[in-house]
Amino acid sequence: MLKKEGEIRIPSGCAISGLISKKGNKTCGDKIVKSMTVMHERSNGLGGGFAGYGIYPEFKDLYALHIFYDNTACRHECEKLIGEAFEIEKQSEIPVRETPKITNQPLIWRYFAAPNQERLKESQLDEKEYVARIVIKINKELDGCYVFSSGKNMGVFKAVGFPEDVGEFYRLEEYEGYSWTAHGRYPTNTPGWWGGAHPFALLDYSIVHNGEISSYDANRRFIEMFGYACTLKTDTEVITYIFDYLLRKQGMTLEEAASVIAAPFWSVIDTMPPAEKQKMSFLRNTFGSLLVTGPFSILLGYEGGLLALNDRLKLRSMVCAEKDDMTYFASEECAIRVMEPNPTRIWAPSGGEAVIANLEGGVN
Amino acid sequence: MKIDCTDKKYDILNREISPLEGEIVLDNCCGQRFIGAGASKKAITINGVPGNALGCYLDGADIVVKGNAQDATGDTMNDGKIVIHGSCGDAVGYAMRGGKIFVRGDVGYRAGIHMKEYGSKIPVLVIGGKCGSFLGEYQAGGLIIALGLGYDDKDVLDSFCATGMHGGKIFIRTNELNAKITPQICVRTATDEDIAQIAPYIKEFCECFGISETEVYSKQFQVLWPNSANPYKQLYVMN
Repeated sequence: MLKKEGEIRIPSGCAISGLISKKGNKTCGDKIVKSMTVMHERSNGLGGGFAGYGIYPEFKDLYALHIFYDNTACRHECEKLIGEAFEIEKQSEIPVRETPKITNQPLIWRYFAAPNQERLKESQLDEKEYVARIVIKINKELDGCYVFSSGKNMGVFKAVGFPEDVGEFYRLEEYEGYSWTAHGRYPTNTPGWWGGAHPFALLDYSIVHNGEISSYDANRRFIEMFGYACTLKTDTEVITYIFDYLLRKQGMTLEEAASVIAAPFWSVIDTMPPAEKQKMSFLRNTFGSLLVTGPFSILLGYEGGLLALNDRLKLRSMVCAEKDDMTYFASEECAIRVMEPNPTRIWAPSGGEAVIANLEGGVN
Repeated sequence: MKIDCTDKKYDILNREISPLEGEIVLDNCCGQRFIGAGASKKAITINGVPGNALGCYLDGADIVVKGNAQDATGDTMNDGKIVIHGSCGDAVGYAMRGGKIFVRGDVGYRAGIHMKEYGSKIPVLVIGGKCGSFLGEYQAGGLIIALGLGYDDKDVLDSFCATGMHGGKIFIRTNELNAKITPQICVRTATDEDIAQIAPYIKEFCECFGISETEVYSKQFQVLWPNSANPYKQLYVMN
């Protein structure tokens, strides 16, 4: 029986890293895997994962659903639901490389699909909301089924194991993307299980996180009022839903969303020029329940870019670097140096300061 | 003695270093943790980026890094010297209780957090560049000297400097202190007596990195120390 939040405590770490080519040049998945090997000690083998963007160019207009199933009966039940809601173009198991380092694997399936147009029309929802509701429904209502990736032209790959072993397991060297994020897990409060590994994704948003959210339950109670369901027995998933809510539903800019999640202190807001002070006061007052407290460093992946953010007290490490069209992020400088030995600029952002790297000219 | 650190795990590397004495050069270092932990009687030169907790519990050894260092450098070090030619991550000199750390470049958040001193054991942290927030947080002793070389006065310090400080001294090389300092902390422009206290370390730092002392003294220093007339009682609860 899987123990839930608060029933188990494992002493502390976590590693994150990310890269993006602003010109949209493709990087092979093995590069981000390599960055995780030098931060091995930050993980304890209870979770590793990756998100790649631009990896499915041949299906770029279709939603790529990656799903864990406990067993074949679960799969049949879920496929019935997916088959009604979507037109499935292609479905198969995700190819993996068997390794003794990754065990107890669930069934891991991938579907390239477009929403069933009639159903979509009947629902009177926009396409993304329609897809998001189906993903949440599966994760909430179908036992033994977890949709862990649901964006277009992107994919999440995660497992219980050390990140470098997870990369080998999913054969990431066979994928090429314009951006990648990675995570090595060292769970502190919650059990290590396949669904609880990072990244946590909804539509094209994915989050990798190093830290521990003190405000988790306050954030969860607020976000669940808007149809989200926190089902994955760990704190990080709520950050993904917060970004989805602020960016997609509220239409905020990335900077505004970052100012809600890592809001400046009132003492700092008091020193701001009047217009900025008014805006920041509005954001803090209106979305106070989405302030994320406790230590965190996160990378948000989205279609066309990456965003890095620390908690405002900067209780977790984060290093950024640039070289030509590439921007790199990692918990430790050494992880950047193995990807790029000689960056032209390397720096540590301040607490609460969002660092954003976007594709030049947007997404093709 | 030269050691190539390429793809070497931190525990294997540290077991190799531990019995050695004298000069040791580590090449291609990349993220190996705990280098020089508790070390004495050796001088380690590191080419590359050493991992977290470099020189933790250091006990008399010398460490020179020809590049940047990561987080928690010199954690709880007792004696010896760490010289960083580049910049340093968060929490450099964490709970340091003796010895010296010289950083040529910038430092991240919480440099010198919880430094302490007792009797003749007075740790010294000298920073050539600028400092992240919470410099000297909960500082209980020792000297922190921030030079801000190459930066405007307003950029030397970030927010919340000396939060919870209750011992030791912080010297900031700036004609004007722009950062907000809490009322629990006293600030004054350094007197001749104050300067005399840091002069030997400034001299050593300048010699170490080939910096002109005249340039360092071209600006005033501001000195921060805890205000014993405004103790922390009643900060949280009435007691």
